[in-house]
Amino acid sequence: MNVEPGLFHFLVIGAVLFFIGIYGFLTRRNLITMLMSVELILNSVNINFIAFNKYLWPGTLDGSFFTVFIIAIAAAEAAVAIAIIINLFRSHQSINVEVAEEMKY
Amino acid sequence: MNTTNIILIPLLPLLSFILLGLGGKRLFGDKAGWIASLAMLISFVLACGVAMNYFGDHSADAYVGKVVFSFPWLPFGNGLKINMGALVDPITSLMLFVVTFISLMVHIFSLAYMKGEERFHIYYAFLGLFTFSMLGLVISSNLFQIYIFWELVGVSSFLLIGFYYQKNAALAAAKKAFIVTRFADLGFLIGILVLSAEANTLDFQQLMINLSSPEYTSAAGEFMGISVLSWGLALVFIGAAGKSAMFPLHIWLPDAMEGPTPVSALIHAATMVVAGVFLVARLYPLYSIAEVGVQSLISSIGAFTAIFAALIACTQTDIKRVLAYSTVSQIGFMMFSLGIMSEDHLGYTASMFHLFTHAIFKALLFLAAGVIIHYVHSNEMQDMGGLAKKMPVTHIVFLLACLAIAGIPPFAGFFSKEEILLNAWNNNRPIFFIALLTSGLTAFYMFRLYFSIFWNKPHHEQGHGKKEGSWFELIPLMILGVGTVLAGFVPFGEYVSADGKPHHAPIDLQFSLGPVGIALLGILLAAWMYFKASSKPEKTAAGFGVFYKAAKHKFYIDEIWLGFTKGVLFNLIGRPAAWFDRNVIDTLVKGAGSATQSAAEGIKGMQSGKVQQYGLYFLFGIIIIVSVFLFTQGGR
Repeated sequence: MNVEPGLFHFLVIGAVLFFIGIYGFLTRRNLITMLMSVELILNSVNINFIAFNKYLWPGTLDGSFFTVFIIAIAAAEAAVAIAIIINLFRSHQSINVEVAEEMKY
Repeated sequence: MNTTNIILIPLLPLLSFILLGLGGKRLFGDKAGWIASLAMLISFVLACGVAMNYFGDHSADAYVGKVVFSFPWLPFGNGLKINMGALVDPITSLMLFVVTFISLMVHIFSLAYMKGEERFHIYYAFLGLFTFSMLGLVISSNLFQIYIFWELVGVSSFLLIGFYYQKNAALAAAKKAFIVTRFADLGFLIGILVLSAEANTLDFQQLMINLSSPEYTSAAGEFMGISVLSWGLALVFIGAAGKSAMFPLHIWLPDAMEGPTPVSALIHAATMVVAGVFLVARLYPLYSIAEVGVQSLISSIGAFTAIFAALIACTQTDIKRVLAYSTVSQIGFMMFSLGIMSEDHLGYTASMFHLFTHAIFKALLFLAAGVIIHYVHSNEMQDMGGLAKKMPVTHIVFLLACLAIAGIPPFAGFFSKEEILLNAWNNNRPIFFIALLTSGLTAFYMFRLYFSIFWNKPHHEQGHGKKEGSWFELIPLMILGVGTVLAGFVPFGEYVSADGKPHHAPIDLQFSLGPVGIALLGILLAAWMYFKASSKPEKTAAGFGVFYKAAKHKFYIDEIWLGFTKGVLFNLIGRPAAWFDRNVIDTLVKGAGSATQSAAEGIKGMQSGKVQQYGLYFLFGIIIIVSVFLFTQGGR
C-alpha cells in the first residue's frame, strides 16, 4: 500500500503538532518545556505554510519566505525567552512558572 | 480716525498691568509707579487726540457713531457671531477722555500717597487692569463685549477694594461689592439675551436699527402685558443699577471705601460707578422708544436714590462715607435725567454733562480727602477741624469742589445740574421738586463736611510743623481744581446729544434762581451749624429723633438685605440646595465610584498571574472567535 502524501496528510501533521504544543504549553510547569512547546506550535504553522505553498500555489515562493521569517523570529524569541528564564532563575532559584505568580496585578 | 490709537488706549494700561503684575518688584522696584504712570500718560494723550479728532470733524452735520474696527471673535454659525470692535461716538470720546484723565491723576497722586507700601507694584498693576477694563467697556461695539469688560471692571474693583487684604473690613467690603454687583449682573445677562434674541444681533448700531424698525415694532411680542423689548431693557437696567449703586443695590458702594483712598477716587467716584449710567446712555435710543413704564422706572429709582443717599450723607461722620453717599446721590441725578424723556432729549445731554463735571470734582474731593486723612490719621470728622491754615492748597481746592457739587455758579456742577433740573422742570415736576430738595441737602452736607474739616474748632496738634503733602499729591489736586472751575464752560451740548446734532441749551438765569437759592440756603445752614463748634448739631439731631437715628443707620437697608439673605435666600434656597447636593448628587457620585470598585473586586481574581491560565483564556477566546467566524461566514 503505497499512498502518495497529499495536502491532507501535511495538514494532519500540522494540526497534531499544534495541539501537542498547546497541550505542552498549558500543562508543563517547567519554563524550558513551555518554550519548546511554543516552538512546536510555530513549526506546525511552518508546515502548513509550506504545504499550502506546494499544493495550492506551486509556482510561487511566498509560503517558503514566510517560513524562513518565522524560523528567524523563533530564534530571536528563544533568545529573549531564555534570557527571561535565566533572570527568573537568578532571582527565584527556580524555573517553575508558578514562582512568577507574584507578578500579578 | 486713527485705529491704532484707539486700540492702544486700552492696551497700554493692560501692558502695564502685565509687566508690573509679572515682574514688577524685581524689574522695576520702586519705579513701578513711574512705568504705570507713563503708560497712563501716553494713553491720556492718545485719548485727547482721538476726542479732538472726533469732535473736530465737522464733515457731517451730526456726530455719528463709527465702528473703527471690528473683527469676528467667536463665529458660531447661524448668523450668530460675536465681534470685538471699537465704536467711537460722542459719549465714547467723552468717556475715553474722562477715564484716562482721572486715572492719570490718580496714578500721579498715588506715587506719593502709596509710597512705601509693601505691594506698591501690585497696586499699580491693579490700577492698570482696572483702567484697561473701563476703557474697554467704553469702546465696546456690541453687547457681549461690553458684558465681558463689565465683569472685568467688577473683578478689578474687587481686587482694589480688597487691596489691604489683611484687614477684615476690606475683605468683607470687597466681597460685598463683588457679590452685589454680580447679583445685579444676572439681570444684565438675561437682558442681553432677551435683546439679542429679539434683534438677532449683538452689535449696538444694528440693535438700534433692528429694534426700532417698523417691521419689528408691529410684530413685537409681549409678556405679561409689557413688550419684550421693555422687559429686556428693564433687565439691563437692573445690571446698570447694580454697578451704579442705585437703590436698593447701593449698599456695596459706601463699604467699598475700605480700599486705598485714591482707588475710591478712581472707582467709586469717577469711573466705575458711572459704568451703569454709561450703559443706559449707550442704549438710550432703545430706552427712548421703550414703554413709559421703563423710563419712569429709571427716573423714579434715580430720583429716589438721589434724595435717599443725600439724607444718609447728612448724618455720616466718616468723611469718605459722606463722599460715598454723595456719589450715590449724584449718580442718582444722572440716572433720573436719562429716564426723563422729552422731545429735545435734553436729559441725555445733561446727564452726560453731569457725568463729566462730577468725575472731575468728585475725584478732587476724594484725593483731597486722602491728603486730609494722611494728615490727621483718621477718617472721622471729629478728629479734624481747624485745618484751613494748615493745609492751604487742600483747603482751597476742597472749597472749589464743594461749591461745584453744590451747584454754585460759575463752577462746573452748576451748569450740568442746571440742565438736569431744567429738563426735570419741563417734563416731570414731582421729580424736579425732589431734585431741588436734594440740591439743598447736597449743599448742606458738603459744607457740613467742609466746615467740620477746615474750621469748626482749632486744630489740636499745634505747631507740629507737618507738611501738607508732597507735590505729587498737590499737583493733581491743583489740576483737578482748575478743571472744576473751567469744566462748566465747555459748550457741552454742541458735542454730545442724543441725535449727534449740536444742542443749544441756554442758561435761563431766572430759572437758576431757585436751585442756586436753595443751595445757598443749605450752605448758610451748614455754616450756622458747623462754622464754630457748638451744640447745635446735637440739638438738631435730637429734634429729628427717630428719623435721624434711621438715617444714621443708613435706613437699615444693610440689615434688611442681611435679613433677606439669611432668612429667605439661605433658608429657602441655600439649605435645600445644600441638602440636595449632599444627599442626591453626592450619592450619585459616590455610588458611581463604589459600583466601579466592587465590580473591579469581583473580576480581580481573573488576573491570577498564572501564565498558563492566561494561555487557556487566550485559546478559548480564539476558539470562540474562529467558530463564530466559521458559522457565519462558512456558507460562502
